[in-house]
Amino acid sequence: MVSSHELQAQKKREIAGKEETTIPARLFVPAADIYEAPDALTVILEMPGVEKSNVSISVEDGVLSVEGRLDLSKYQGLQPLYTEYNIGHYSRSFRLSSKIDQSKIAAEMKDGVLSLQLPKVEQAKPRTIQIN
Amino acid sequence: MVTTFSDPFEALLRLQRALEGRLASDWLHDQTTSQGPFPPINVFQQGDDILAIIELPGIDKNSLQIEAKENTIRIAGQKSVANPGGASVHRRERTFGAFDRTLSLPVALDPERIKAEYRDGILALHLPRSERDRPRTIKIA
Repeated sequence: MVSSHELQAQKKREIAGKEETTIPARLFVPAADIYEAPDALTVILEMPGVEKSNVSISVEDGVLSVEGRLDLSKYQGLQPLYTEYNIGHYSRSFRLSSKIDQSKIAAEMKDGVLSLQLPKVEQAKPRTIQIN
Repeated sequence: MVTTFSDPFEALLRLQRALEGRLASDWLHDQTTSQGPFPPINVFQQGDDILAIIELPGIDKNSLQIEAKENTIRIAGQKSVANPGGASVHRRERTFGAFDRTLSLPVALDPERIKAEYRDGILALHLPRSERDRPRTIKIA
C-alpha cells in the first residue's frame, strides 16, 4: 500500500502569463519557501540546473522578480529515450508586503537552490510600544 | 468479533481506492516506466552510452547513495529543507524527505565505469554500456 509519506515528484508548473515569450524555451515557476522574521524576509527558490551567473534578481515598485536561465546548450545533441520532466527557464515574481532595503539584499546560490535574504527598511520593522 | 454494518457502497469505494493506490505506487513495477516517484529522471542516449539526468535541488552530496548492478541503478538519499528558526512561514512548496528509487535499463551496463556528477542541483549519471552488450559490426568475408 502507498504510504502517505512517500516523496512524490512535483509537477513543474508552467507560467501562465499574459505576455508571450520571444524565445522558444519554456518558462517554469520554481518551487518557493517564504519565511518572515521581524527584521527580514527569506525567500528560497528551487531552480535545478541554473548556474549562479545566470540568475537575475530585481526589486522594483515593491515587486521581487527572480529569473533563472538554464544553459540549454548542454542538452543539445542528446537523444531522449525516456523523459519524466521538462526543462526550461525559471521565472517568478512576488509582490512584497513590506518595504525592503534594496542595498542589503543578500543572495546565495547552492546546488540549484537560491536563498534570498531581504532585510526590511528600518521604518517597516515592527516596534514594540511600552505602556506606561 | 464486532460486526459493524456499513454502507456496501462505501466498502466498494474503499476497495477501488486501494486498487488505484496500488497502481499508483511503484511497488509492483519499479522500472523506469513507472511515473510519479521522486526524483524525476530523464534518460538520454549519448552515442552508444546512456546519460541519466536527475533533478535533485538542494541535496547534500554526501547523503546521496548510488548503487549499480548489471542493468539497474539505485538512487537513494535524503532531501532536507532548512527552516530558519523564529520565523513565520508564509509559503512552503519545496518537498523534503527520504527517497529511494531504482532505475532499470533495457541494456547491460558496465558498473565499473559509471560516473556520477552533481552540479547546480542536477545529478548526471554517465552509464556506459557493457562491452559485451555493445553492437558489433560484422564484416562479410
